[in-house]
Amino acid sequence: MIELANIRKAFNQGRHNEYWALHGIDLSVEAGKVTAFRGPSGSGKTTLLTIVGCLSRPTEGRVRFKGEDISGLPERFLTDIRRQSFGFVFQQFNLIKGLSAVDNIILPGMPTGRSRRNLVERADELLDQLKLGHRSRARVEWLSGGEQQRVAIARALINDPQVIIADEPTANLDTALSREFLAILEGFTAAGKTVLLTSHDPLVVESSAVHRVIGMRDGRLTAD
Amino acid sequence: MLFQPAIIALLLAAGLAVLMLAGAAPFAVQVIRHWDIGSGSERQLALERRTYLFSTLLAFVLVAQLAALLLFVFNADRLAAMFVGAMCAVGTLNVNAWGFPSLLMQTAVFFLAAMWLALNHVDTLARDYPLVRIKYALLLLLLPVLATNFWLELKYFLGLKANVITSCCGSLFSGEGKTIAAEASGMGPGPALVLFYAGLALAIGAALWHWRRASRLSGYATLAASAAGFVASIVGVLSFVSLYIYEHPHHHCPFCILKPEYGYQGYALYVPLFLATAAGLGAGAIQPFARIASLRAVLPRVSARLAGLAAAGYTAFAALATWFVLHSNLILIEH
Amino acid sequence: MRPWLEKQLHLIDFTLASLARRKTKNVGLLLAYTLIVFVLASLSLFTHALRSEASYVLAGSPEVILQRMVAGRHDLIPPGYLDKIGRIRGVQKKEGRLWGYYYDPVVNANYTFMARPASEVADGTIMVGSALARERGLAPNNTISFRSYAGKLFGFTVAAVLSPDSELLSADLVLLSESDFRRFFEYPEGHYTDIALSVANPQEVRTVAAKLSAALPDSRPILREEVLRTYQSLFDWREGIVLTVLAGAILAFAILAWEKASGLSAEERREIGILKAIGWETGDVIRMKVWEGLVISLTAFLLGGIAAYVHVFHFGAAVFAPVLKGWSVLYPRFTLVPAVDGLQIATLFFFTVVPYTAAVLVPIWRAAITDPDAVMRA
Repeated sequence: MIELANIRKAFNQGRHNEYWALHGIDLSVEAGKVTAFRGPSGSGKTTLLTIVGCLSRPTEGRVRFKGEDISGLPERFLTDIRRQSFGFVFQQFNLIKGLSAVDNIILPGMPTGRSRRNLVERADELLDQLKLGHRSRARVEWLSGGEQQRVAIARALINDPQVIIADEPTANLDTALSREFLAILEGFTAAGKTVLLTSHDPLVVESSAVHRVIGMRDGRLTAD
Repeated sequence: MLFQPAIIALLLAAGLAVLMLAGAAPFAVQVIRHWDIGSGSERQLALERRTYLFSTLLAFVLVAQLAALLLFVFNADRLAAMFVGAMCAVGTLNVNAWGFPSLLMQTAVFFLAAMWLALNHVDTLARDYPLVRIKYALLLLLLPVLATNFWLELKYFLGLKANVITSCCGSLFSGEGKTIAAEASGMGPGPALVLFYAGLALAIGAALWHWRRASRLSGYATLAASAAGFVASIVGVLSFVSLYIYEHPHHHCPFCILKPEYGYQGYALYVPLFLATAAGLGAGAIQPFARIASLRAVLPRVSARLAGLAAAGYTAFAALATWFVLHSNLILIEH
Repeated sequence: MRPWLEKQLHLIDFTLASLARRKTKNVGLLLAYTLIVFVLASLSLFTHALRSEASYVLAGSPEVILQRMVAGRHDLIPPGYLDKIGRIRGVQKKEGRLWGYYYDPVVNANYTFMARPASEVADGTIMVGSALARERGLAPNNTISFRSYAGKLFGFTVAAVLSPDSELLSADLVLLSESDFRRFFEYPEGHYTDIALSVANPQEVRTVAAKLSAALPDSRPILREEVLRTYQSLFDWREGIVLTVLAGAILAFAILAWEKASGLSAEERREIGILKAIGWETGDVIRMKVWEGLVISLTAFLLGGIAAYVHVFHFGAAVFAPVLKGWSVLYPRFTLVPAVDGLQIATLFFFTVVPYTAAVLVPIWRAAITDPDAVMRA
């Protein structure tokens, strides 16, 4: 599904505070599986996730997505691929305050030019599946943490992506809610989606819902 | 100079366009020197971000230019009261030698900006941005054009002094004159009619051909036919369409038709004509790059769409002009 | 086409929601914007109304007026002068006119007395302008008496009050018959105040004027188009001066717009970061922001424009009248006839929307290029 070859990523290139977050990563991600990256903060797992998810471009190295080399693509096309094939769930949920749950969920669908009715229908469907149908018109800041995360998950699914990317999905959830998230994760696998996530929550990385755990340290992969 | 709000506004707009583009020029140079699409370096990423600024800027210049073109003619028309012998925009433009060159330059800026935007549009459809260097080199070439435009406008407005005796459309576009404009309008209604419809038929034909086939040859044909169609249209307006609108056998004027006395019919004519010409020129301007691998698939689609727009615009223009002629009480050609 | 349209609708939707969420910030900008539009539109509407009033006045006046000069001063036209002009090609009609000023001590105002042929105004009757009628409380069939400069009292019956369509034209006008005029002012028989000539073809006016000067060297022809031009340039010039004074305000407004657009709050920055991360492209964000600018501009344009219209045509441009009206202060009540034209709106657009857009372009772009991965790195 996704293949990385010798990926390196630098920040503040050419300046005195130049810093390499990734030092030559080689990785192949299997379709339909849940892959977790584990490692201390600053190990480069989030940076790696942004490259895999087409949020940023590697400074060096090749990225192939479904057999196609996408490493040199300008932002315009990378965004195109991203919004068609990737859905994102962030640690802070990153919902837009002041908008209702549904209005947040349809945001990624807006640039695709789908009609509003079509998008809202799909959003309601997703919220029903996530058992949040009754709060669909509530403003997101009135929702609880768990509810907010489900809105964020529905938002990640609105364009029906093949790959879900989740950055520290359980960091802001208690144990019960984390277990709920793992159940949703199993639902993704059942639906044939590929999931990539970062976590240092033992509940997640040791769960049976996760098929593969990759360790990271200092911008390098350590072991599976 | 006449101290007059519309003049200040026009100078402000033209000056602003030059300033904005001049401010952006160093970055265009950077793009030309350091562009490397394959690289993921931070400099390359920064350059890519800049390209968004340029296309937004140029789109702004294009829209402002179209508005300025209208304001320029509109204002010239109203200023006519200030000059002895001037009764409409023609008289005002003739007050000094810079009036008509300035008008032509503004038209040129509009069409050049349109062509650049067409080029920019196809480039952003190709995954490797193959035209980036060419585009930014052209942008640097556009800067002196905009500067000249500003300079001509400044010259013209500075040279405006009330009480100058000018010639107006009656004398400029009358049969005896020796200028090109006079020759165009002095043409008998018969030949002008033939030229007008032949030119438009050619433009519509070429555009339709390109719309269907989207070949390189038809693209160049569209470019040439659009330019020819534009000239033929202006000649036609000068030599007979305007006469029918004014219902006066000797009033050749391309501007008076914009006046409220004639129900602003000129806008209905000129807006489709200018849009069609911009689209036709745009379709042709991108043809030299049709063989580039990454453009081979998208370019014909874009240029065909532009050609379709051009064909529609010319057809609307021709239909409107014909309608004005048929509904006029003036008879120039006996049946 | 359809997806494109849907997309723009989404962007407008989002923009409206986001403007509503940041009311306080945007209300300030909108107020400043509206104020600028209001001031400029008032200025332009007012001068344009004065201009059209002036040309309305002049439209009815003859193309050429011939005055006789004695020692460089305007003097009466002696008998036989009219015949000396003879036939000039292009002159359709020539007639001697009789008019003069009369100071009315009752209301401390000057009236213009003008003689009309007996067929229009019968002996012993007058027609009066609306302003005068208002001041003196006159209605048709009232009688009024004026004391002539020679000290004699003359009584007149008001036959009609002139229509108040254009007050500038007729506000202080008194029309009376020729014989009444001559008796009232003791005007010597056969003399006239000046001569009016009508010329059909505007191209010939200058030729006619040149011929007149040659035939009657002691005369001065005054061309209508020259008077019109003087009015036009005078008002344009005044408008230009005020505009230059206001240039500072426009600049200040542009700086405010720049500042507002670049000073994104942390919340806005975060929102754009989120949009970029979940699949919005730089171009989408720019388009969304352009819509935002359009919505603000349009609102300000509409609000400011309507306010200016009301200000000028219902409140007589209370703010600008002292600067711009000049000599028209002479007229007691001066309601402007509403007149708006495309040129004004286009010019106004160039003075407000163009600087605004130019000021916010770069800040918009800066905001739009937020890195898509910024929200994850934070």
